[in-house]
Amino acid sequence: MAAVADASTGIGGGSTPEPVVAVRGLRKRYGRLDAVAGIDLEVYRGEIFAFLGPNGAGKTTTVEILEGFRTRSDGEVSVLGVDPARGDGAWRNRVGAVLQESQPEPGLTVRECLQLYAGYYTEPREIDETITLVGLEEKADTLGEQLSGGQRRRLDVALALIGDPDLIFLDEPTTGFDPSARRTAWSVIDGLRSLGKTVFLTTHYMDEAEQLADRIAVIAAGRIVAEGTPGTLGGRHRMAATVRFTLPDATRPAELPQELRALAVGEDGQRVTLATQTPLLHVHTLAEWALARGVDLPDLDIRRPTLEDVYLELTDDKQEG
Amino acid sequence: MILLLRWLHRRLRRPPATAAPAAGRGRLALVLHQARYDLRAFLRNKQSRFFTLILPLLFLVIFVSVFGNHVVGPDGVKASTYYVPGLSAMAVIAASFVNLVISITTQRESGVLKRRRSTPVPAWVLIAGRTLTAMGVSLVTMAVLLAVGRFAYGVHLPTRTIPGVAVTAVVGAAAFCVLGYALSTAIKSADAAQPMVQAIMLPLYFVSGVFIPNVNLPSWLRHVAEVFPVQHLADGLHHAYDPSATGVGIVWTDIGVLALWAAIGLAVALRRFSWTPAAATG
Repeated sequence: MAAVADASTGIGGGSTPEPVVAVRGLRKRYGRLDAVAGIDLEVYRGEIFAFLGPNGAGKTTTVEILEGFRTRSDGEVSVLGVDPARGDGAWRNRVGAVLQESQPEPGLTVRECLQLYAGYYTEPREIDETITLVGLEEKADTLGEQLSGGQRRRLDVALALIGDPDLIFLDEPTTGFDPSARRTAWSVIDGLRSLGKTVFLTTHYMDEAEQLADRIAVIAAGRIVAEGTPGTLGGRHRMAATVRFTLPDATRPAELPQELRALAVGEDGQRVTLATQTPLLHVHTLAEWALARGVDLPDLDIRRPTLEDVYLELTDDKQEG
Repeated sequence: MILLLRWLHRRLRRPPATAAPAAGRGRLALVLHQARYDLRAFLRNKQSRFFTLILPLLFLVIFVSVFGNHVVGPDGVKASTYYVPGLSAMAVIAASFVNLVISITTQRESGVLKRRRSTPVPAWVLIAGRTLTAMGVSLVTMAVLLAVGRFAYGVHLPTRTIPGVAVTAVVGAAAFCVLGYALSTAIKSADAAQPMVQAIMLPLYFVSGVFIPNVNLPSWLRHVAEVFPVQHLADGLHHAYDPSATGVGIVWTDIGVLALWAAIGLAVALRRFSWTPAAATG
């Protein structure tokens, strides 16, 4: 399989810590379709790991196998040292899960929901503190059904946290949120890092992965197509930067120094696009040339490829194939 | 009556509610913990309160008013003495079967059951807690029916046959809870639950001596009714309330048929019960 594991975090070698989640050759077959077609994953203690991919790529299938809700067709899976297919109460005591779709407990307030769930665990967290952690202090005595979508999701996070788990699964926690609700949810998830929790996050938003994750794996059509940090995913750090500018009418692109013309990847009338591995050096050359001619380049723009560019490139080929 | 249930609810409440750890408590305490929150959710639901607590009482008043407090039924008792146990059967079924099917399908479809399964709580604790709630609600509703019957209509107080009343009600509630879990496996959406349970129960109430004494029925219809558990719960309770009943008022054949239905329900529920919504996403 074509997993590109470039620049995965240098955790390897002799003193490797035991991964919290370890997956080898995981496969899930539905009829003749491989929803998950043999993937490998490792998630380490204390990191926020984002599992990024378009809808239908196999994210939820994978996470539900890790949570113990689904069986697998093939492969080895270990979550906190236990095979989730055989996870017992003691194992569930250490794992929290925010499911993709779950409504609040009917007829109970936010605090009562948490009291009910706290009773399920051996060493639950303090209830009021957990309510504060997800920012629902004002709503503690409100019935779950009366919360907004964003607040319900935060209640879900609180319910996943109440047992004080080591590992938390978050399955598309902000789907359907408005921008401000997303920001609030992100700060809650970011806060889990400071509690020392390991977080396994699935999402189809690249900005969410970029904002929150220490490490990202991209899944498309059931396969891992890239793995890395937000900065290095898919070789992003080695990809060329783009320099764009528009020359004044009196100046022809052909008049640019030879060194820069060689970098041109696009010319649209007076608008020039250059691709460069050394943007600083080439912008310096461009600036010297422009200043010497008394020309200004008011729309000069230097861009590194965004995570979105990388992601779309990675997932596009796969979805077609 | 709601006050009575609230009192029961407070009895179930354990001191300082801030997260008594499950490990330090027994299994029974965990069942009571679950029952307490199930009961609280039940009491907050208007529809549950009406159909389970109010409706049987309303029917008692209506039936006794319509038919007058004359002698009815096979045992030749007053209408009120006939209707208190009959509608007690309805109350047990409303609390255990009807309410349970509706709440379980709703909770399954909305992901509540699935989320509970992601916690360490054992499945049997959830089921036992819910069953205990149904039994508690059944017994309280029956007590209120009896109290109203006694003071408004002079219904005979079955002091000697209290064991018969209690045993029949508890076995009935348990059997109908199990049947509720079994039926919930055949209902795909929460919206379908209410019409489905009513479509099953309304005809059975009519042919099983709950709404009208079944001596008025043609014999073939009585034979049909005898197959179903509603008839046997109602019959067991009628017998326990019958002033001429001897012994402690337990009809073992009725208990046996209820147990048989419970066994069938259990087999179906164990094979087919699902904690996750019907249309699982990929």
